Amino acid sequence: MGGILHYIVEPGLLSSGPVRTAVLVGTVVAVTSGVVGVLTVIRGQSFAGHSLADVATTGGAGAFLAGISQFWGFLIAGIAGAAIMELIGVQRRRGRDVATGVVLGAALGAAALFLYLGTLSSSTTGASFTILFGSMFVISPDTVPALIASGLLALAVVAVLSRVLLLTALNPDLAAARGVRVRAVGIAYLVALAVAVSLSAVVIGAVLSTALLIGPAATALRVARTPVRAMTAAALIGTAATWVGIVLAYDSYYWPPQGRGWSVSFFVVALVVIGYLLTYIRLPGRRRAGRDAARARENEEAPACSPA
Amino acid sequence: MSAQAEQELLRLDGIGVRLGGREILRDVSFTVRPGEFTGLIGPNGAGKTTLLKVILGLQAPTSGRVLLNGRPRQRRGGRLIGYVPQKLAIDPDMPLRARDVVALGIDGHRLGFPLPSAARRERVTEALRATGAEAYADARVGELSGGEQQRVMIAHAVISRPRLLLLDEPLANLDLRSEQGIVAVLARLAREQQIAVVISAHDMNPLMRETDTVVYVAAGRVAAGRTDDVIRTEVLTRLYGSQVEVLHVNGRVLVVAGEEPGEVREPIEAGVATEAAG
Repeated sequence: MGGILHYIVEPGLLSSGPVRTAVLVGTVVAVTSGVVGVLTVIRGQSFAGHSLADVATTGGAGAFLAGISQFWGFLIAGIAGAAIMELIGVQRRRGRDVATGVVLGAALGAAALFLYLGTLSSSTTGASFTILFGSMFVISPDTVPALIASGLLALAVVAVLSRVLLLTALNPDLAAARGVRVRAVGIAYLVALAVAVSLSAVVIGAVLSTALLIGPAATALRVARTPVRAMTAAALIGTAATWVGIVLAYDSYYWPPQGRGWSVSFFVVALVVIGYLLTYIRLPGRRRAGRDAARARENEEAPACSPA
Repeated sequence: MSAQAEQELLRLDGIGVRLGGREILRDVSFTVRPGEFTGLIGPNGAGKTTLLKVILGLQAPTSGRVLLNGRPRQRRGGRLIGYVPQKLAIDPDMPLRARDVVALGIDGHRLGFPLPSAARRERVTEALRATGAEAYADARVGELSGGEQQRVMIAHAVISRPRLLLLDEPLANLDLRSEQGIVAVLARLAREQQIAVVISAHDMNPLMRETDTVVYVAAGRVAAGRTDDVIRTEVLTRLYGSQVEVLHVNGRVLVVAGEEPGEVREPIEAGVATEAAG
């Protein structure tokens, strides 16, 4: 048993400090991203999530230039981006994509400048790589408490607003008629989204952070029928991808080409995508079954009548 | 409070709405009594949705007032009114079963999340039964047919026991049999639970058998009253401000533009026109 395990998990995995930090932070982030991601997909704001990630890139690059922790850069830029998108009109269906696109372009332009300046002032190119594509193994232990607290905050916002967010997603007019302040709820949700994106950016990089946000959620929504089950499934899928990704990345130090290890972000994102694709192998039959059942009920209801 | 005012659940008094310099509604007045079935009829773009939004408090009127139970309506919310909006486009991936949607009707506007309980579940099942939707209580709402979704949304709207139920074009895009099913459910709710039902439609025919009163909207103004008193050539001609004619064909009502020199008769209600042609 120990022998087999040796081939799967290289010795010393859990005694390594960076790995323990990676597992702890990775889990918190995967759970937060999974739960927030389900609502992002339901609300049709995947594009907004992606744009917040691009805005976060700018913040991360700026934080690197200023010499502070990247997480704070991600977070401040993300929340500022959310506020600007809201001001331009992200809540209105038609204004949404335009507002998001404009903010996105401006942010990436600034990010290009910051990263360029960062490369000039520092001899290493590693920092810009970490900002863009992340590495769980270089998370500073000092920021761990802030990361965990932010994750819990985003989860609390979603928990408190869950029913209202679902009612609004079902139909905004319906929610407004019931006295829900749709716009205020939308803003609170965008802040939670910005936090989730920033956390995800720390773990797998700003550019890839949407993958951890949308991938597990989209997968979960293909299999789960209730919101609670979808959020639980998304959290579990994200966590599994993160853990397996860490193990594979640790193992990959012994893989070709040069025994330098592969990017942990690559493994996490690849696993998430594979998980999503797997749902397409099993589900077409079941979906068809659901539609057939609806049609059968209709025919039963209207046996004598053929609608024109 | 006088006995008459007590009898009135809803009163609109000289409602006018002006949006971006355009007059949408002008001097709209009518009343709805408990348990009454009211058809809000008019061609597309006549202002039916705006009128419903004024009643709901989603659209502030430029003039006039809305009285609910004899009192000026509060800003929004409240349990007096149930609402089924138009054009529900529910994504098949939406992770809500029919029973989850109905449960949101109890407390979907509140913060936090509810603990599941047997009483809660029974209440949801009861509402689904009242609209004939219990067979698909556990199906994803996005995978249901249009008529099935309407039944679920009606259950959602009535579970909090409103006195007034507003439905915006619930019969649009339904086949004939589903139309009849929905109208029957609404008529039963009005009768058995004394819920006043106001239902908007561009085609009045599916509703004719059940409506007590009609509020006919055209060009931003309304003619309201008992169905037979409103759906008349003189009344609608005055409302449209041009010659129209009310025709009865095979038990169906057609409102057509009247004959003027060099003009072709064109049906005003598109839905009716295709029925009559076929």
